[in-house]
Amino acid sequence: MDQIAFIFDILLPALMQGLVVTLKLIVWSAPFGLALGIGVAAGRQYGGPVLSRVCKTFVFLIKGTPLLLLLFILYFGLPSIGITFTALTASVIGFILCNGAYNSEYIRGALLSIKDGQMIAAQALGMTRAQAIRNVIMPQALRRAIPGLSNEFIYLIKYSSLAYMITVVELSGVGKNVATKYFIYTETFMVVGIVYLALVTITTVAVNILEKRVAVPGMNRAAAAQL
Amino acid sequence: MSDNNIVLRVEDIHKSFGNNEVLRGISFGVRRGETKVFIGPSGTGKSTLLRCINQLTIPDRGSVWLDGEEVTNSGARINYFRQKIGMVFQNYYLFDHLTALKNVELALLKVRGMSRSEAREKALTELRQVGLEDWADHYPAELSGGQAQRVSIARALAMDPDVILFDEPTSALDPELTREVLEVMKKLALQGMTMLVVTHEMGFACSVATEILFMENGVVAEQGTPDLLMHDPKFTRMKNFIGQFDSYRGD
Ligand SMILES: Nc1ncnc2c1ncn2[C@@H]1O[C@H](COP(=O)(O)OP(=O)(O)OP(=O)(O)O)[C@@H](O)[C@H]1O
Ligand SMILES: [Mg+2]
Repeated sequence: MDQIAFIFDILLPALMQGLVVTLKLIVWSAPFGLALGIGVAAGRQYGGPVLSRVCKTFVFLIKGTPLLLLLFILYFGLPSIGITFTALTASVIGFILCNGAYNSEYIRGALLSIKDGQMIAAQALGMTRAQAIRNVIMPQALRRAIPGLSNEFIYLIKYSSLAYMITVVELSGVGKNVATKYFIYTETFMVVGIVYLALVTITTVAVNILEKRVAVPGMNRAAAAQL
Repeated sequence: MSDNNIVLRVEDIHKSFGNNEVLRGISFGVRRGETKVFIGPSGTGKSTLLRCINQLTIPDRGSVWLDGEEVTNSGARINYFRQKIGMVFQNYYLFDHLTALKNVELALLKVRGMSRSEAREKALTELRQVGLEDWADHYPAELSGGQAQRVSIARALAMDPDVILFDEPTSALDPELTREVLEVMKKLALQGMTMLVVTHEMGFACSVATEILFMENGVVAEQGTPDLLMHDPKFTRMKNFIGQFDSYRGD
């Protein structure tokens, strides 16, 4: 069989199915990862001593251990205490926890960069702290966190391949299966790599557009001047 | 001079930061429509006093009353009182991510629960009041300091406050911009707004204040109408302070 036929007739159709699984992993993980990141950052920054300690410990644990280990625990470990997830669900939960922990670090950094005056002015108008965080502080912090958050999203695209280790046959998994079946390794993994590159490129372009759409005149300049 | 004209009453406010006793018992009452001007050396506790009034800083002792209701120890109701006690800051503190219009709208929507159209109407009215209707869609970074401060005044006005606290509203502005902000404040005073103003602008103080309170070392050292404080030989401390200030500026 010649190479072209292999790539177009066998590899790409198989990869499409893997891609669907990879996209499923990403689409289910990213929004909740962002929400978790916002919650953990806010809890750590503005929560009481207990909540803030809990958030800090969560980030510490996730940052300090391999994601693969977390996936193993979720998929192979938890059934022994009666909690069973499908491989896909276990993967998504693991990715949400991981993505959320790292997102929270970027958001927390951005929260710290918001001047105290913003909170003071909001409270002086009669807003509760929660209202001020939601309507004044977070919208500004999230804008500033976009570069970091988009990096994290790109990591998520790539570490979604770890789901294969707990039997989710996603993009990389399909590649591995095809490669071993036909003994064509280099070409297969290069094509898989190109698909990831395409995903990352699309993300980068989308983030650039988003960043322009939500840009506030002078806000980044003001932030830069403060550094 | 009946007491039920008193809209804001401050009683025996004390505040320390660590060993630094900043406010040592300050009391005064403000009648509706009055403009009280606070002057005094740096570090005397003027900002701290204003912040104690709307509880952005919690005083150690003493109480604050708005229209006969206690503002101090009011728990969650403080957010109601803060709507009624507007505040304008030296550095404006506009919300950086919102246009002038949205700066004024935000609390109307989120705190007062107005509808979008109602809030917009109200915000535009307040911006018109400070002469900035045409700048409604500009972001804070696109405004001059004077314009930004006027937006922040509009933002405070939008809540229909009983009293507005101004903490050195023109100290960050050069003279030209200072004038446009003082014009707005003067107009408000003439319209009957009740105001407490910390400022170094003696021209403004003398022409607008119903009373000047000269603060020193955490107490009100001298207190009276501008005329009295400036001309009665009994009062010397404020005159000395202004004298130093003027000659310092003249150099
Ligand atoms: N949050 C705080 N923590 C500790 N000390 C503070 C705090 N806020 C104010 N102070 C101190 O209290 C004193 C009075 O400060 P305040 O800002 O009220 O003075 P001020 O009269 O407004 O001065 P200025 O004219 O410089 O604005 C100062 O010594 C200041 O360092
Ligand atoms: Mg001050």
